[in-house]
Amino acid sequence: MNKKERTPVVHIVKRGALPWYGSWGIRGCAILAALIVCGIITSVVTGENPIQVYVAIFKGSFGTSRKFWVLLQNIAMLLCVSIAVTPAFKMRFWNIGGEGQALAGALASAACMICLRNVLPNWAVIVCMVVSSIAAGALWGFIPAFFKARWNTNETLFTLMMNYVAIQLVAYFSVVWESPKGSGNIGIINQNTMIGWLPQIGRYKYLLNVIIVALLTVGMYIYLNYSKHGYELSVVGESERTARYVGIKVEKVIIRTMLLSGAICGIAGMLLVGGTSHTLTSSIVDNRGFTAVMVAWLAKFNPIWMIFTSFLLVFLGRGAGEIATNFSLNQSFGDILTGIILFFIIGSEFFINYKISFHHSGKKED
Amino acid sequence: MFDFLAFIPRAIAQGIPLLFGSTGETLTEKSGNLNLGIPGIMYVGGICGVIGAFLYEQSLPSPAEINTFLGILIPLLSSMLGSLCMGFIYCLLTVTMRANQNVTGLALTTFGVGFGNFFGGSLIKLSGSELPSVILSTTSNCFRLSLPFADKLGWFGKVFLSYGFLAYLAVVVALIAAHILKRTRAGLNLRAVGENPATADAAGINVSKYKYFATCIGSMIAGLGGLYYVMDYAGGIWTNDAFGDRGWLAIALVIFTVWRSDVGVLASFLFGGLYILHMYIPCGMNLAVKELYKMIPYVITIVVLVITSMRNKRENQPPESLGVAYFREER
Repeated sequence: MNKKERTPVVHIVKRGALPWYGSWGIRGCAILAALIVCGIITSVVTGENPIQVYVAIFKGSFGTSRKFWVLLQNIAMLLCVSIAVTPAFKMRFWNIGGEGQALAGALASAACMICLRNVLPNWAVIVCMVVSSIAAGALWGFIPAFFKARWNTNETLFTLMMNYVAIQLVAYFSVVWESPKGSGNIGIINQNTMIGWLPQIGRYKYLLNVIIVALLTVGMYIYLNYSKHGYELSVVGESERTARYVGIKVEKVIIRTMLLSGAICGIAGMLLVGGTSHTLTSSIVDNRGFTAVMVAWLAKFNPIWMIFTSFLLVFLGRGAGEIATNFSLNQSFGDILTGIILFFIIGSEFFINYKISFHHSGKKED
Repeated sequence: MFDFLAFIPRAIAQGIPLLFGSTGETLTEKSGNLNLGIPGIMYVGGICGVIGAFLYEQSLPSPAEINTFLGILIPLLSSMLGSLCMGFIYCLLTVTMRANQNVTGLALTTFGVGFGNFFGGSLIKLSGSELPSVILSTTSNCFRLSLPFADKLGWFGKVFLSYGFLAYLAVVVALIAAHILKRTRAGLNLRAVGENPATADAAGINVSKYKYFATCIGSMIAGLGGLYYVMDYAGGIWTNDAFGDRGWLAIALVIFTVWRSDVGVLASFLFGGLYILHMYIPCGMNLAVKELYKMIPYVITIVVLVITSMRNKRENQPPESLGVAYFREER
């Protein structure tokens, strides 16, 4: 086919395992480069010097103790959804339905808060919320998993569609339960009685959420690394054929893992409704289901690293929000910065996994 | 009585952005790239068109002096350029750098939606008006020009001839894409790349080139969907987040049509109809039910997805290597 014998200038080779400091060094450089680019863009748009911009970003997260707690709370919620989708991803089951699963959990909690408030005492309502939101999330995860296991239905698209089914269900119930009538949204549920509100620890409103998520994170780390289940699902992820050959029931693993994944998403939904906003809207999960995909992937599916990656994304998001407010820009500026940083980190994976060798024109290879 | 005469044109107008999006995504997915950045790309396509039109309108001494040809060409080109850049970023990351397609796509969507909303908001500031949204009705009128005799033809004119040129372009592009995919050598090669890149590579097909071209052209087509939405459907008014989840619906449509863009023409009108069905079905005072009607397109997509996977017919399956990056030296 080729008229001339020609050697390509660059040649890409797969790298062996890089030591951990090598790979994190590359990622660090990528983040640094991304921050520089973001700084330049921000200062072009705002006309402010970049240092000022970074100070503003920092203040957005750590400025006051209230801001700090909001930061922690946002990290906890994002981390919770990320933890939830991780086992599925490790199995190469692309669950981008975290949004819908969390929403299903949120819906179940809100339903308990509204329907059982005059029937059961507060503690019983909370127990019902926990159980029902876990069940609802798990159900939302089970449906695509079942079809994947049985008929190999494409899970990415299925879970994506399930998100919108959940969103519309929530929109439906927002109208059904609307208060005041005609407003189209639910408002704060049980504002006076505080039934179904998760208890507050001391003065810290969000401490309970943070503790629960921290426990889940450690639990997931142990589950993935030290349990038989965790081993099985990573074998399924690496090679389904190998898994079948060694006698792992792949269908069972898929369904079991997605039940777990959905259940934890359900808990995230419950925490959002019961522990944070005490209301239900169709945007309560706030795209965390999608962001979680990126958090989990950036951390290479390691729950402990996810603390850092979710911190990074939330920190930048809030920082960009602060810039937007300070310089009276549009709030979406944060999404642009997040996008740019993600591109850089995604790109940096290439340099971790592959090596580029240059062919010098002088040297002939045999 | 269900008012079909009012319903059909609106359903079609609603379906056109979906048709652009799904044609673009079909082309992309046929090359094995599952581009979940389509919603973001459609936003970028829309906003770039708006920026182009905005700058052009600003450069004019008065809106009356607009040159119809330039008024269409400038937004069209800037929209295509914007979505081309997005497609190129996606290709660079997933094809050349072999990053995970789902993550890249979602990042692209975050970026694109943010980009759209940010510039949508900032343009308003630039124009110095107090209005909550950008209004480009002059440009929009150029895009909305329909055949002059359409009004005289009664129902026929209303149903078939009352749209701006982009609507017809959408149908033509979808049919051409279907023809190319099915009947030409390039389409065959492209499908081979999507099904099994290693085999395609062995047969001497340049896998990266096909992936790049299919994805970039697909993004440009999808971006036009955003442009149509702003310029024609919304009358040149950009409102943040107005485009909504149509991008995801376009991806759903790709599955619904089992990766055939000619089927997409009618399917997109059907989806457009379903999308606005809740406005036409009388449900009295019960507003809640409307929200359930909005669920229908997604539920139908799930059903189609399940049925095609159950029947397991070979021609109705997703491209075999959809979502998988190709590296020649990997087995």
